[in-house]
Amino acid sequence: MARYIGKRLIYMFITLALIATFTFFLMKILPGSPIASADKLSPEQRAVVEARYGLDQPLPVQYFDYMFGLLKGDLGISINQFKGANVTDVILSRMGPSAQIGFQGMLLGTVLGILFGMVAALRQNTWVDYGSTIVAIIGISIPSFVFASMLQYWLGLKWDLFPVALWKDGFMSSVLPSIALAMFPLATAARFIRTEMIEVLGSDYITLAKAKGASGSEIAFKHAFRNALIPLITVLGPMAVSILTGSLVVEQIFAIPGIGEQFVKSIMVNDFSIIMGTTIFFSVFLIVVILIVDILYGVIDPRIRLSGGKS
Amino acid sequence: MEKILQVKDLELSFHTFGGEVKAIRGVNFDLYKGETLAIVGESGSGKSVTTKSIMRLLPEATSEFKNGEILFGGRDLTKLSDKEMQKIRGKDISMIFQDPMTSLNPTMPIGRQITEPILKHQKIGKDEAKKVAIDLLRLVGMPKPELRMKQYPHQFSGGQRQRIVIAIALACNPQILIADEPTTALDVTIQAQILELMKDLQKKIDTSIIFITHDLGVVANVADRVAVMYGGKIVEIGTVDEIFYNPQHPYTWGLLSSMPSMDAEDAKLYAIPGTPPDLLDPPKGDAFALRSEYAMKIDMEQPPPFFKVSDTHMAATWLLHPEAPAVEPPEMVIERMKKFPGSRYYEGSAN
Repeated sequence: MARYIGKRLIYMFITLALIATFTFFLMKILPGSPIASADKLSPEQRAVVEARYGLDQPLPVQYFDYMFGLLKGDLGISINQFKGANVTDVILSRMGPSAQIGFQGMLLGTVLGILFGMVAALRQNTWVDYGSTIVAIIGISIPSFVFASMLQYWLGLKWDLFPVALWKDGFMSSVLPSIALAMFPLATAARFIRTEMIEVLGSDYITLAKAKGASGSEIAFKHAFRNALIPLITVLGPMAVSILTGSLVVEQIFAIPGIGEQFVKSIMVNDFSIIMGTTIFFSVFLIVVILIVDILYGVIDPRIRLSGGKS
Repeated sequence: MEKILQVKDLELSFHTFGGEVKAIRGVNFDLYKGETLAIVGESGSGKSVTTKSIMRLLPEATSEFKNGEILFGGRDLTKLSDKEMQKIRGKDISMIFQDPMTSLNPTMPIGRQITEPILKHQKIGKDEAKKVAIDLLRLVGMPKPELRMKQYPHQFSGGQRQRIVIAIALACNPQILIADEPTTALDVTIQAQILELMKDLQKKIDTSIIFITHDLGVVANVADRVAVMYGGKIVEIGTVDEIFYNPQHPYTWGLLSSMPSMDAEDAKLYAIPGTPPDLLDPPKGDAFALRSEYAMKIDMEQPPPFFKVSDTHMAATWLLHPEAPAVEPPEMVIERMKKFPGSRYYEGSAN
């Protein structure tokens, strides 16, 4: 197991290096300059500013400077969005709200999704089943920004239950964005669990469990549930991605001072170091999620317990 | 002998998109204490459905008891509630399934799978149940049972898994053990081991076994009595000697003739022509008539009643009617009948 994780860490490192390289050159190809109102500056003033951020160096030098900084954990300093602030500090200060709504959204989505899926499978072809299928279809097909606006209109404006777009009331402020983020994981989990539960409930070992005298709920929870979870773990990774990309939009809509909101703005103003830093931060997050998913597989399914290659 | 289970006039249908499939069309048999009753027949003859209906393991949404009763311990199993059935399943009646590769839960250690029915049906603690499970594993011939309790099904071979399934079935010393083709999915050497094991265990714990199979070699090995099923009905029932050496129903003749034999002179294997009847629209006479070269006019029109051959032997064929013309069974069957005292071809004791 330790050996497996070690191997994975090396792969993660390589992946990150590739992502950093790719993003770096992509940004350099993009037109525009991070220097605010660059065309109003004289060539001399411009040269001074560029020299301060190392933008006057040849591209390979800039690249290796950046990569070495990255090795040391230095993401550089913000060029214009947060003038001169350390990128790491910027990201860390913005992480709280994003992590909160992301975590709440994911938790709400998967738990409700699993519940919907289970109930639908156990009450197959009844109105409960159809209802949960409809919820799943809606959750997948309605984009989060539409759903977010609907939440704002009904729950925020009309019924005045939650703040519409104000990050001041702690948990109350996080409810609407969390629900908006939860829709996709909810729909995905519900669909996967339903399909898988129906298949598992028809398998031989469920018949055997029944033949042992197990009751309906024992069969569903002790025998079927764990087996039905396996494919859901596969989509946990993509679900984490959806929470991330969803948060880019949702944070904008609900005016949440999170990473997503800041990321979008940094792209608009061409702040290279913030874009790079945030991309790398998101990449690390996703790669770690994928690693956790792979380890979870082994925990849930003994047939794929991880071993360190050939022993 | 004490009757432990009585199946009377059992009729069961499945509701499908195509209509009502009459899977069991009036099945009668008794199971005696300590005996092994084999139910044989080809796929779709209703043998599995019969036993699954005893356990009430058929999907309730699509299956329906149309008639008859299944009497066990003074109660009619067809009328019990789910709760009451749960108390019987795994405790009084338990079952071994066909494919050991799929009948164990892949994500649960086998120890827990064995202790589950023990904890459910007996008032004993977890540690005690574990001891019972280890003893059971030892009983079914699993080496180092203590170490294997924590392992998962994929860490066992097919034969070992079937031993585990048998251990689960025996966990509460059931009065009836239903074995639904327990050796079909195993290779031949393992088959023999499992059959020996089952015979051994039956002596030790004195349970009655219903053994479903389509392998007549297995039947000869394990059974005391045999019921031959065809088209959702039992067509012949008798002791194993009566069925093998004095068969009366043309379908039983066909089955016996299609058994591969070591000393057959020509290597051709006999196969019964035609296909089993469509139970969506079952034939009104003898279900086997269309495939039988011995069929008479009445076979097409009226289902044959059971004719008594001996106290233990009955067959449902019009050929046994006093007014039916005498027919010659296939040669291979005559050869068998020659060895059976009481059959019309008996040639005296050879030994």
